[in-house]
Amino acid sequence: MTSPSDPHSDGQTGARKFEPTGEELRTLYKLMVAVRHLDTSAVAWQRQGLIPGYAPELGQEAAQVGSGYAVDLDRDFVFPTYREMGVARAMGVDMVGYMSTHKASWHGGLYDPVKSRMAPIQAVVAGSVLHAVGWAHGQKLAGLPAEKQGVAVSYFGDGASSQGDVHEAMNFAAVMKAPVVFFTQNNGWAISVPTARQVAGGSVAARAAGYGIPALQIDGNDVAAVVRAMRTALAHCRAGNGPMVIEAMTYRRGPHSTSDDPGRYRTLASESADAGIDPILMLRDRLLAEGLADQEFFAAALDSAKVEEEQIRAGVAGLAARPGSEMFDFVFQESTPALAGQAQRWREESEHV
Amino acid sequence: MSNTPIDELDVHSSDLEAARHNVEAADAGAGAAVLDQSPESAARPGGRTHIMSMQQALNLALREILASDHKALVLGEDVGVLGGVFRITDGLQNEFGAERVFDTPLAESGILGMSVGLAMAGLHPIPEVQFDGFSYPAVNQIVCQLARMNYRSRGTLPMPVTLRVPSFGGIRAPELHGESLESLFAHVPGLKVVSPSSPHEAYHLLKYAASRPDPIIFMEPKSRYWQKGEVVFDDGVPNASVDGGGSAPVPGTVAGTPASVNLGSRVVRTGRHLTLIAWGAMVSRCQQVAELAAEDGIDVEVLDLRWLKPIDAEGLAASVGKTRRAVVVHEGPLTAGLGAEVAALVTERCFGSLKAPVERVTGFDVPYPSGDLEDEYIPNIDRILFGMQRVLEYRRG
Repeated sequence: MTSPSDPHSDGQTGARKFEPTGEELRTLYKLMVAVRHLDTSAVAWQRQGLIPGYAPELGQEAAQVGSGYAVDLDRDFVFPTYREMGVARAMGVDMVGYMSTHKASWHGGLYDPVKSRMAPIQAVVAGSVLHAVGWAHGQKLAGLPAEKQGVAVSYFGDGASSQGDVHEAMNFAAVMKAPVVFFTQNNGWAISVPTARQVAGGSVAARAAGYGIPALQIDGNDVAAVVRAMRTALAHCRAGNGPMVIEAMTYRRGPHSTSDDPGRYRTLASESADAGIDPILMLRDRLLAEGLADQEFFAAALDSAKVEEEQIRAGVAGLAARPGSEMFDFVFQESTPALAGQAQRWREESEHV
Repeated sequence: MSNTPIDELDVHSSDLEAARHNVEAADAGAGAAVLDQSPESAARPGGRTHIMSMQQALNLALREILASDHKALVLGEDVGVLGGVFRITDGLQNEFGAERVFDTPLAESGILGMSVGLAMAGLHPIPEVQFDGFSYPAVNQIVCQLARMNYRSRGTLPMPVTLRVPSFGGIRAPELHGESLESLFAHVPGLKVVSPSSPHEAYHLLKYAASRPDPIIFMEPKSRYWQKGEVVFDDGVPNASVDGGGSAPVPGTVAGTPASVNLGSRVVRTGRHLTLIAWGAMVSRCQQVAELAAEDGIDVEVLDLRWLKPIDAEGLAASVGKTRRAVVVHEGPLTAGLGAEVAALVTERCFGSLKAPVERVTGFDVPYPSGDLEDEYIPNIDRILFGMQRVLEYRRG
């Protein structure tokens, strides 16, 4: 990998110390297979009526798993969008709690964001990018020793990069030298609009230069490249050098969501031409080439993924609707007389108590 | 105009006409602090007092907050070296350092989004937007993020953020430098809204707001920044910032006084015939109106609502239940303004005893006008008296 000051590094050279080990690559493979299987299963759950909707991350397994895997769960904090299932899984987030947002149990998900080191699921495009800057700057203000200060990792897509908040966030972070990794997954599509009609200049990473932020544009389908880039960026932030941008070039192989119909804006032929190498196959080839795994390992990884998916599915299926009282319980830390009155009337008229 | 006497009251509309004639004299002295401090404040027992402007009171409150709460931060545009365009943060950076009192780049969404993240990191940010109208670029972060993070996170990520907003009109400012945003923010689940009317209220309410775990929009009536009034500290303890020594009081409390004194509305003038309900800069104007009306035998109660969310429905009911007539006065536009909420609350609680529909004297449903027309827009003493007259002369059917 080249120096982080090179905004167009391909992430393929140098920085050998950040290269995942063979054992790590095996772990990453298992994670990616688990994520792929859960992801495709969740689409099926929606078709079966188990969940009302889902935003697949098919094709983004390397970008998500590789970046989430590199996060230090003792001190870093991740700000996801609504399409970060692979990041959550790699970070060890309770997956029933994560998937509950797609069950329509609770908008932000039912996992504990503080313990999980992952902010609540964010439905607003670019909604949380500034939060990462505030959290990161707060690390500097909280008076923690350097080794305890965390890095904020902000996830957003090529579509979100059009939002003004992304500009404000990068500018704020650079001015304040806040330890933020801006991790863009450029998956080629913002629902129906391709990157070429979304991102002037064609690259989010290139914009970083305007803020004086070093950036890496990497092959987001190569999980080893993602891990290296993420470790480079985290080290850059931990060293007090301020923020860094990573643009992981990948491809949204599925629809934007289970309500989307990509046939209206792209062809199957263009999909197969543009998708690039399947990230799981790319890693599989490497593991085989380096003698790190065999067919038995791959089969075991898939079996394990199926067992895991069944457990998560059972957990999601078992999620009852939250008690209606929770509508009122979490609006404030200190409720108000008016809200208490509304809750009381709701109880009387809806719960007949 | 009718000269019909008003039943059950020794009040005649001719008195109101006379009162309105007195207005010109009062208006001639516009800007003079006619009735800055509430009689209740002055009467509070054990009170050590200082006369100061609201600007000084807010500055003092911020100094005490920063001194006693090491998680508190002040951020915004020009809040550092400059001390804010209204000098509310004057000297704070010098005293508490550029880490805790810091200038941000010029972007309101950034200020609010960053404040959300700071709160997620466990800090207590006190952001400032420089003028009310500059809140609009931050509405996305305020409405979609700040107001909802506690809810979205099921209470695990509270938002102890006090957003200071220099608010309302009255200073001949440029466009979008004089907006009344209370109904907009009060409508958003997850936000609380408060507006002080005097230096005393500003000092205590800001300290209280900054000590709370929920996001609070703190609307400062910028036209009242420079009028002086009495701030009562009934702590009996030398105040660090005023007296140059001693320990600062715990934020949100006046020692020996429950913090709940900072909740709800406050009757700033007692009366029998009618309640004027107001907040922010309109409170002192209503006090002026009440004095004028008193000369003509109309005994007006003035209720400073203070909290615009939650609204003190019980306080409203207690006052209007007694006077049986209510006029609500605000600077913001009429339609879907907070006066409508006040009228609904009063009607729900006092319907049987009301002698007239609740009257609203407000700004109009127009963009806030330029300075030359400002006085035509903001409710003035004349218009408030007309509103009172409509209520006092009301006849059923």
